[in-house]
Amino acid sequence: MGLIQEIDYGTKPANAETLVSLTIDGVAVSVPEGTSVMRAAMEIGTQIPKLCASDMLDSFGSCRLCLVEIEGRAGTPASCTTLVAEGMVVHTQNERLGRIRKGVMELYISDHPLDCLTCSANGDCELQDMAGAVGLRDVRYGYAGDNHLDAAKDVSNPYFRFDPAKCIVCSRCVRACEEVQGTFALTIAGRGFDSKVSPGMEENFFDSECVSCGACVQACPTATLMETSVIEIGQPEHSAVTTCAYCGVGCSFKAEMRGEQVVRMVPYKDGKANHGHSCVKGRFAWGYATHRDRITKPMIRAKITDPWHEVSWDEAIAHTASEFKHIQAKYGRSSVGGITSSRCTNEETYLVQKLVRAGFGNNNVDTCARVCHSPTGYGLSQTFGTSAGTQDFDSVEQADVMLLIGANPTDGHPVFASRMKKRLREGAKLIVIDPRRIDLVRTPHVEAEYHLPIRPGTNVAILSAIAHVIVTENLIDADYIRERCDADAFAHWAEFVSQERNSPEALAATTGVDPELVRKAARLYATGGNGAIYYGLGITEHSQGTTAVMALANLAMATGNIGRVGVGVNPLRGQNNVQGSCDMGSFPHEYTGYRHVGTENVRESFEIDWGIKLDPEPGLRIPNMLDAAIDGTFMGLYIQGEDIAQSDPDIKHITAGLSAMECVVVQDLFLNETAQFAHVFLPGSTFLEKNGTFTNAERRIQRVRKVMTPKNGYEDWEITQLISNAVGFPMNYAHPSEIMDEVARLTPTFANVSFDLLDRVGSVQWPCNEAAPEGTPIMHIDHFVRGQGRFFVTEYVPTDEKTGPRYPLLLTTGRILSQYNVGAQTRRTENSAWHKEDLLEIHPHDAEQRGVTDGSWVKVASRSGEIALHAKVTERVAPGVVYTTFHHPMTMANIVTTDYSDWATNCPEYKVTAVQVSPSNGPTDAQRDYAELGRRTRQIEVAAAE
Amino acid sequence: MKIFVPRDMAAVAVGADRVAAAIEAEARARNIPVSIVRNGSRGLFWLEPLVEVTTASGRIGYGPLSEADVPSLFEQRFFDGAPHPKCLGHVDKIPFLARQARFTFGRAGVIDPLSLDDYRHHGGFKGLESALSLGGVGIIAAVKESGLRGRGGAGFPTGIKWETVARTPASQKYIVCNADEGDSGTFADRLIMEADPFMLIEGMTIAGIGVGATKGYIYLRSEYPFAIRMMQQAIGIARHAGYLGASIDGSGAAFDIEVRVGAGAYVCGEETSLLDSLEGKRGQVRAKPPLPAIRGLFGRPTVINNTITLASVSFIMAEGAKAYAEIGYGRSRGTMPVQLAGNVKFGGLFECAFGVTLGELVNDIGGGTHSGRPVRAVQAGGPLGAYFPPALFDTPYDYEAFAKKDGLIGHGGLVVFDDTVDMAKMARFAMKFCAIESCGKCTPCRIGAVRGTETFDKIIAGIEPERNLALVRDLCETMKFGSLCALGGFTPYPVLSALDHFPEDFATPPLRHAAE
Repeated sequence: MGLIQEIDYGTKPANAETLVSLTIDGVAVSVPEGTSVMRAAMEIGTQIPKLCASDMLDSFGSCRLCLVEIEGRAGTPASCTTLVAEGMVVHTQNERLGRIRKGVMELYISDHPLDCLTCSANGDCELQDMAGAVGLRDVRYGYAGDNHLDAAKDVSNPYFRFDPAKCIVCSRCVRACEEVQGTFALTIAGRGFDSKVSPGMEENFFDSECVSCGACVQACPTATLMETSVIEIGQPEHSAVTTCAYCGVGCSFKAEMRGEQVVRMVPYKDGKANHGHSCVKGRFAWGYATHRDRITKPMIRAKITDPWHEVSWDEAIAHTASEFKHIQAKYGRSSVGGITSSRCTNEETYLVQKLVRAGFGNNNVDTCARVCHSPTGYGLSQTFGTSAGTQDFDSVEQADVMLLIGANPTDGHPVFASRMKKRLREGAKLIVIDPRRIDLVRTPHVEAEYHLPIRPGTNVAILSAIAHVIVTENLIDADYIRERCDADAFAHWAEFVSQERNSPEALAATTGVDPELVRKAARLYATGGNGAIYYGLGITEHSQGTTAVMALANLAMATGNIGRVGVGVNPLRGQNNVQGSCDMGSFPHEYTGYRHVGTENVRESFEIDWGIKLDPEPGLRIPNMLDAAIDGTFMGLYIQGEDIAQSDPDIKHITAGLSAMECVVVQDLFLNETAQFAHVFLPGSTFLEKNGTFTNAERRIQRVRKVMTPKNGYEDWEITQLISNAVGFPMNYAHPSEIMDEVARLTPTFANVSFDLLDRVGSVQWPCNEAAPEGTPIMHIDHFVRGQGRFFVTEYVPTDEKTGPRYPLLLTTGRILSQYNVGAQTRRTENSAWHKEDLLEIHPHDAEQRGVTDGSWVKVASRSGEIALHAKVTERVAPGVVYTTFHHPMTMANIVTTDYSDWATNCPEYKVTAVQVSPSNGPTDAQRDYAELGRRTRQIEVAAAE
Repeated sequence: MKIFVPRDMAAVAVGADRVAAAIEAEARARNIPVSIVRNGSRGLFWLEPLVEVTTASGRIGYGPLSEADVPSLFEQRFFDGAPHPKCLGHVDKIPFLARQARFTFGRAGVIDPLSLDDYRHHGGFKGLESALSLGGVGIIAAVKESGLRGRGGAGFPTGIKWETVARTPASQKYIVCNADEGDSGTFADRLIMEADPFMLIEGMTIAGIGVGATKGYIYLRSEYPFAIRMMQQAIGIARHAGYLGASIDGSGAAFDIEVRVGAGAYVCGEETSLLDSLEGKRGQVRAKPPLPAIRGLFGRPTVINNTITLASVSFIMAEGAKAYAEIGYGRSRGTMPVQLAGNVKFGGLFECAFGVTLGELVNDIGGGTHSGRPVRAVQAGGPLGAYFPPALFDTPYDYEAFAKKDGLIGHGGLVVFDDTVDMAKMARFAMKFCAIESCGKCTPCRIGAVRGTETFDKIIAGIEPERNLALVRDLCETMKFGSLCALGGFTPYPVLSALDHFPEDFATPPLRHAAE
C-alpha cells in the first residue's frame, strides 16, 4: 500500500479518431491527431522534462524545459505546444537539448531558496525532480543577483500557504484558477522579472475572489502553494481512492495518509464525476473527523432532560433492542421505525431499511430525501420511467443551451459548476430561472443569456409559460414526439399549455417576469441546439414540487431533448448519497430499485432471500411518524446520520413529535440537534472510517474506502447489524461488499454491480446489469424506460403560503459554498472563516422601508414562528424576496418555515415562506431558550473517579 | 499659393509648427494670400523643417528652417521658388530622394495626408479597384507573385499567410495591423500613418477582401499621438466617403477599421502578445502553434501584418505584382524603407530595392557619422539586431545575406555608432533592454536577461571575465533556442555580435589585473 501516483501526460488527451504515427527516440508510436509531442512521448514512457505543463491544463509553453528536436524543422520547439504530425521524427535528448535544459534550470535555481531539506515540498517537488533530471550541478550565476527570496508569505487562507519566494512563475495556479475552476481570482502582476502571482489586485488569498477550491495548490509544482496540513505533518506515505461525503457531485479523492492520519485529500484525475477537480469542502473540510466535539462512546439516558451516561456498546445495543421490543409489545408492531441517511453508504442505508422491514416487521422507514428530491424520483418515474437524472456530468460538454432553474451550482455543486462554466466559456448559452441573481447570472467570462427572476413559488407557472411559447410558436420536435411519446398525453398537454391563460403575458402578474424575456428564453431552449435542463431544490421543495419536475420533463420531451449526449433533465442532488439512499429502498412504499412493497413477486423475492414474511402495506413517512407520535401511536425511532430537528421544516412540530416518543435512538458523529431529544446515542463513523459505496447525482456508484479505524469502534453498518441481531433478526455480513452482493441479487438495475467491478473499472452508473454490464451513462436513448414518454398536464396551483399585509415578504432558503447543509461537519472546520453565521439577504428597497441596515439584527416572523439574525443588504435578491441559509442551528431557520409540502411526496415547501422582517436587538426568546435547552440536554455525566 | 509645412512628429519636434505659424503671420502681415498645407514628411529628417512650395517646374524645398528664416524667405519670394541660402532646389532632385525607389512612400510628404482627392489624384485606391475586380483568389495570387515578405522582421511570405487565413473556415476573420513600432531607430510605420494614412486603410481593406475578413484593427503605440489622431481622422473620412463600412466603394464587400492604442510595452509588438493585448488581456506571448492565421484574435483566423507590409499591398495591387517583384535581391523582392538613425549624417527614410550593401547605406547614403568620427558599428534591425562592424559592410541588404552573417534586417532600422562606443556597454544594454521589456512568460527571457545584465556587470568590473564570458555565451544559447518569442530569442544577436566582432572591448583591463 503505497502512494497512488497518477501519471501526468503533460497535455490533455486528444479525442480525434484519426491516428498519427511518428517516431520518438527511435520508437514508433501512434496517437490520436491533435496529441502533443510531449504526450505522445509519455504514452511510450518517455518523460520529457517539464514544469509548466500539466494534463489538467491547456499547454502554455513557458518553462522551456520540454524542448525537443524534430527532423526537418528549425530550432528546438517545445514538445508541449507542438502537435504530432505523420512521419515526424523526434529526438527528446541530445547534447544541445541537454545544455539548453540545464541552462534553463540554472536560471530557475539562481532565484530559488536552497532549503530543500526543510521545504514542505521535499519529496514531492517537480522543480527538485527536474533539477535532477537535467543534471544541474552548478549555478554559475551565484546567488547574489536580483531575486525574490525575501517575498512575504501569505498565510491568510486557513488551508494553504502562499510562499512567493519559492514561485517559479509557471502560471499553473493562474491557469488552474481560470481553466479548471473558472473563478479567475489569480493573475500574474507585473512583467519580466517582476512577474508574480497575485490574487486579485494584489490582495491576499482570503480577501480575494479565491473560493479556496484547491486547484492552484494542486497545480503548483513547488512549495509555493502548499496545504497547511502538509506543512505541519509532512509528506504522505500511502493513499486510497475514495469518494467525497459532501454534495451529490461525488468527487473522487485520493486520501493521502501518514499512518492513520489524513495528510491531505487530493482530487483524483480518474474520478469520472470530477476529473481531478474539487471544492473547498471536499478538498479541505475533513477536519471534523477528528474534531473534539465528536462522540466516540455510546450513551443512554432515561429522560431527555437527564444528562447523558456513557455505556458499553453491548449495553447500548441491548438497551436499544429491549426498548424497541418493549414499545412494540405495548403499542403494536407499527409503533417503531427508522430513518436512513443520505450521508451514509448504500450498504448502510440498505441495512437500515432491512432492519425496519425484517427486524421491526413494518415498513416505517423513510429518508431525508423526503425533504429534498422525493419529487424528482416521483416526477421523473411518472414521465420517463426512472427515478433519476438522465445524463452523466460529462454530457454538459456537449450542451448548447443550459436551462438552470432552482439551483445555485457555484455554491451547492461547485465542481459541476466549474464544468458548466467551462462549457459556457466555450460558447454554450445559459438561461437562469431563479428569484435571486445567483453567481452564474454574471461571473467572470460567463454571462447568462437570460435571467428570469421569478417570484418564489411560481416555477410551474413560468414553465407553463415557456411551454406555451414552444407549442404555440411551433418550436416542438414533432418527429421526436411522434416516435417516442404517448400521443394522447401530448395532445392533451399541448392543448392545455396553448390556452391563453398560460401565455407569458397572462402569467406575468403571477411570475413577475417580463413576458418578452420568457418568450426569448423559450425560443433559445427550443431552438438553440442541445438543450440541457439542470435543476435543484428550488424546483422540488415546493407544494408543487412534483408538478414542476413533470413540467421540466414535458419541456425536454416536447423539444426532443432527452436520450442523447448534451441534453436531458438533470437534478443536482443535494447530498452525497441521496440518489443511493432512494435507490436502496429507503421509502416506506418501495424496496430497492423503486419497486412497490405491495408488488407480490418483488416482495416474495425479498421474503425468500431474507427468510421472513414482509408487510405488504407501505409504512409511515417522516411527517406521519411525527404525527403518530403526537397521537401516541408511534414511540420508537432509530435515526441514522440524519438531523431532522434542524433540517426538517416547522421545527416546533418535529420537536413535539420527538419529545412524545419513548425511545429515540440517534446514530451520528456529533450530539446534533435531534440528539437533544434522544434517549440512546450511538456514535457513528465518518466516511474515512468505513468501506462502502455512494451513488451521486448522475447515478454513479463509487467506492468509499476505509483509511482509518473508526474512532467509535464500528462502521455504521456494523452498528445496524448489532441492533438487528439484538432485536432477533440475525445479520451476519463480514464486509459491505456482501451487502452490495445482496442488493445486486435482489435488484434488477443493480444486477451487475459488485465491489470487484467497481475496483476494476472505478465506477459505474446504474442500470448496471446484463444489458449494460458496465453501466448506463445516458438513459432513454432509443426509447423511454417506461415505454413511451408521458406528458402530464401541470396546472399551476398557487401555494397556500401567501404574502399579505402581515407577512409581505417571501423567504427562500439555500446554501453557501463554504458550509454544507446543517453544517454539522463544515461548522467544525476552518470553513467557518468564510461563513460564521446565517445572514438574511434583503433588497436595499425593502431594507430602507424597514429601517434595516447592513449588519444589523433583524427579526424574521412567519405564521410558524420567528427568529433573529443579522441582515445583509444586497441586490442579489429582488424586492419582496428575502433569503437565508440554514447552516447554523442557532439561527433555527426552520422555525419560520411552514408545514406545507409537495402534494405527491410530502417534500416540504422550504423555498417559500411569507414573512415580515423588522429591526431587532438580538436573538428571539425562542432562540435563547433553545440555546439553553441545547446546553442542558447535551450534558454528559462525568464518570466517577476510579 | 500652396506652401507645404510638414506636421510630421519629427518635423514638429524641430520646430515645424513654429515655422508654419511664422509663415502664416508673415503672409498676413504682408497681405500675401497663402494656403499652408500640413503635409507629411519626405523622410529627409536632417532637412526638417523642410518647407516646400509649388512651382511650374515642380516642388522647390527650403530647409532646415527656423522661424527666424521666415522673414527673409518672404523677402526673397520663396513662394515663387526663388533662391535663398536655405533653398534646396527641386526636392525630387535631392540625391537622397532621387536615389530611392519610392514604391510605398511615393506620396509621403507630397500630398495632404487627409485629402482624399489628393490621395486619389496620386494613384490612391487604384489598388483597391483592381483588388475588387480580382477578388480574394486573385488578390492572394498577386501578393504571392509579388514576393512580398513580412516587413515587421520575420520576413514570412505575406501571400502564404493570407492564403492560410483565407482557407481556414470561420464565421469571422480579422486583419490586424501591427503599428506598435518599437524598434530603436525606426519610423517607417509612423511615416506611413502620418504622411499617407489612406494607403494603410487601402492595404488593410485589400487584405480584408483577400481573406474574407470584415474587421480590421490597427494596434498603434501610444508614443505616436500624431499618428493616432491622423489614423482616426483618416478612418472617419474614408468611412464617410464609403471606402470603409458595409459596402466598400459600393462593391458590397464590408470592411471597417478601428484604432486600438497600446500601453507602451515593447513586447506587444510581438504578434501574439499584441493579440492578447488587443483582446484586453495583459500583453503576454502565446505559444505557437496555433498560428494566428488559424487561431488569432479572439480565437479567429487573423492576418497580422506590419504596417509597411499592408501599405505595400496598395502599390502591388495598383501597379501589378510584376512591377514589385521585378526589383530586389535573391528571395528579397521589392523595396525596403531603410531607416537611417543614430550617429549618422543624413538621418531619414530611404526606400530602395533590396541588394544595396550595408556600406553604401551607411556611408554613401547616410554620409557616415554625424560626429564626423569613423563609423565603428551599425546595429541593424532594432534593439535585437546584430552589431555589424565595417568589415561586414559588403553584406547586401537581403534577409538571407544578413542571416548568414548572424544578423537580421528586422523592420529596416540602422543605428550608426562612431568609434567612441563601448561595445561591452552595448552588450549589457541588450540584456538590460530584454530584462525591461520581457513579458515574463518564459524562463530564459524572464530570468536570463537579468542574469545576463548582472554577468556583464561582472565582466565590465573585471570579475572573472573569462569564466563569465563563457557563461554569457552559454546563456545566449539558452536564450536563443529556449525563448518563447523573438524578444528573448534574438537578444543574443546584439550580444554575440558585440562579443565576436569587438572582442577588444571585453578584454580585462590589464592594469587592474596586475594590481590584483
